Amino acid sequence: MISRFLSLEWKQFFRSSYWQKSIALNILMVFLALYFILVFLGIGFGLYPILKDKFPESDPLIIVNGFLFYWFLADLMLRFFFQKLPVMHIKPLLILPVKRYKILHYILGKSAISFFNFLPLFAVIPFGIILLSKDYSVSMTITWMLLMFIFTLIINFLNFIIESKSADTELSFLPIILLSSGLFTLNYFDLLSISSLLSNTMNTITSNPILILIPIALLGVFYFINFSILKKKLYVDSSLKARTQVAASTDMAWTRRFGDIAPFLQLDLKLLWRNKRPRSTIFIMIIALFYGLIFYPNPTYKDMIPMFIFVGVFITGIFMINFGQFIPAWDSGYYKLLMSQNIKYKEYLNSKFTLMIISSIALFIISIPYIYFGWKILAIHFATMIYNIGVNSYILLYGGSFNRKKINLSQRAVFNYQGTGAVQWIIGFPLLLFPVLIFYLPYKFISFEAGLATLSILGGAGIMFHQKLMNFICKRYLKSKYEMISAFEQEN
Amino acid sequence: MIKTTELSKKYGEETVLNIESLEIPKGQSFGLVGNNGAGKTTFFNLLLDLILPTTGYITNNEIRVNTSEEWKPFTAAFIDESFLIGYLTPEEYFYLIGELRGMNKADVDKFLLQFKEIFNDEIIGKKKYLRDLSKGNQKKAGIVGALIGDPEVVVLDEPFANLDPTTQIRLKKILKTLTEDKAVTFLISSHDLNHVTEVCERIVVLEKGDIIKDIVTSTETLKELESHFSV
Repeated sequence: MISRFLSLEWKQFFRSSYWQKSIALNILMVFLALYFILVFLGIGFGLYPILKDKFPESDPLIIVNGFLFYWFLADLMLRFFFQKLPVMHIKPLLILPVKRYKILHYILGKSAISFFNFLPLFAVIPFGIILLSKDYSVSMTITWMLLMFIFTLIINFLNFIIESKSADTELSFLPIILLSSGLFTLNYFDLLSISSLLSNTMNTITSNPILILIPIALLGVFYFINFSILKKKLYVDSSLKARTQVAASTDMAWTRRFGDIAPFLQLDLKLLWRNKRPRSTIFIMIIALFYGLIFYPNPTYKDMIPMFIFVGVFITGIFMINFGQFIPAWDSGYYKLLMSQNIKYKEYLNSKFTLMIISSIALFIISIPYIYFGWKILAIHFATMIYNIGVNSYILLYGGSFNRKKINLSQRAVFNYQGTGAVQWIIGFPLLLFPVLIFYLPYKFISFEAGLATLSILGGAGIMFHQKLMNFICKRYLKSKYEMISAFEQEN
Repeated sequence: MIKTTELSKKYGEETVLNIESLEIPKGQSFGLVGNNGAGKTTFFNLLLDLILPTTGYITNNEIRVNTSEEWKPFTAAFIDESFLIGYLTPEEYFYLIGELRGMNKADVDKFLLQFKEIFNDEIIGKKKYLRDLSKGNQKKAGIVGALIGDPEVVVLDEPFANLDPTTQIRLKKILKTLTEDKAVTFLISSHDLNHVTEVCERIVVLEKGDIIKDIVTSTETLKELESHFSV
């Protein structure tokens, strides 16, 4: 049975049109994975000698155990944002003669062999080997290594519980942030010293290996909780149960002043507000506005002006990047309608462009209070806004013509927790990093003002050649029109 | 109105549509009949420039559909649910299409009045999004959407499937009245020989991409078609 499931997964992955278009991206992911493996191996081999060198008095294992709390917390956070519950398209299987519990065990079992669970082993195993070579007792070391793996699995399943509980709420990432920061605060102010609690637990279990049964039991409990949550969701009606929203209509008269593109603009605004997936871009935008607070007041970054450029592009361009990279996939569900209705491609693209520009200008205006940290910040935000409008927006629109992956807006929350993964952020990096490079050269060799001027001139040039650039992009879209239509017809 | 010239569509080696020539005059109600895989939807997709022909071309009112977008203002279609925008209410959807076709809200409201019977109080004023409507009601909304704004060419793929019997009869009535004054060219495909012979004045039978029958509908047509398909 399992092999049957596996072959289904395999086909789903390799037969999707997305895979065929994004081999480069997949290769990049492999390199990233290799990179992290190397980093963890480095930690595994290097940690013991370094700790021994810095703290000759203490036992390195005890120190490591003392920090495990932070490690587990970070692990949980990362998983929440990047790890998705392995989904199979379950519905067709439900009426086939496959026992429900088999499907569930398969899904949960598959999550246990995720890369996230093996990565820590690259650090844990070398560290254990070094411990053995330093004459730690064999039973103790092996127990420690086992324990680390069990805890990793516990975090794995804990994450899915949190995800499934918070997926239905509007701000799905709020619970995890509250939970982690709550635990962190409790620990930090010694209200409840979880880190020493955890470290004591580790030390106790490693000296009494039989106690390892307790975390194993805990793992079993977490597995079972996941199992019963999923079991409830396996019934079609619980996911179909009409969460019929009451439609709220507004006529958005103010969009009229944009002329021909007004109907599209209204459509996009409704798209953003009425669908779970795009709505999260709005919340991310609001949170990103506070991103500057991490950098601007911090004396460490005081002389790292190029870093501020990065922050500026991020703050004034976050919506653009999140929204823009899925043009035109947002409209994939009704792309055929758009292509056969009385719509000119150029008007359609222009409306997307306008929305991105409005967002950038609005974000600049909202971020004006950052002037509190000096006029330079405001100047940076202004220049990066111009750059976003005149350069990044076109890059995003152009990149959109390579989009071949359907976005299912109406997909229910079940089994679709974050909807976006690591890939999205990787695409965002060049958009954020190029302006830093462009700024850096004139800044280094001439002055701060020259750097900003370079960014603004580039952006201004983009705005001046708007018609030409749009014609060029439009041609590209027309060329890939048929491919897009057929790709958007494929689910997944 | 619609003219095809040596039109064919191949996927790899397989020919899914091969029409030497076909001409549909203005105002005709044209029915397309055939089993699954006969090429009905392929033909509509080609007409709407959603896929590219392998050879030949289609002109719609003298405009070659895959080189110009000028056919869009007078052509409307409902092929499947991907012509609906799920997160709009039916009213918003109708207003949007109306706006794209140069009608204001009042015009659209007036236009919708004639479909009151078909809507059966389940579509307008329900404060529901299209995605939350039943399949049948979605279909009704889509078909009505394709009629907004006095298009000269209307393409409907399987308009009767998924509809309840009452609506099927009402829809037939509406289509008949619309074809009476010969202003609209209708292209309809259907598996239901009864319906299509009732509504269309000309019926073309496709089989594996080829036209094998081209009949002007008469009282004998239904029998002729039934005997053809019963083999």
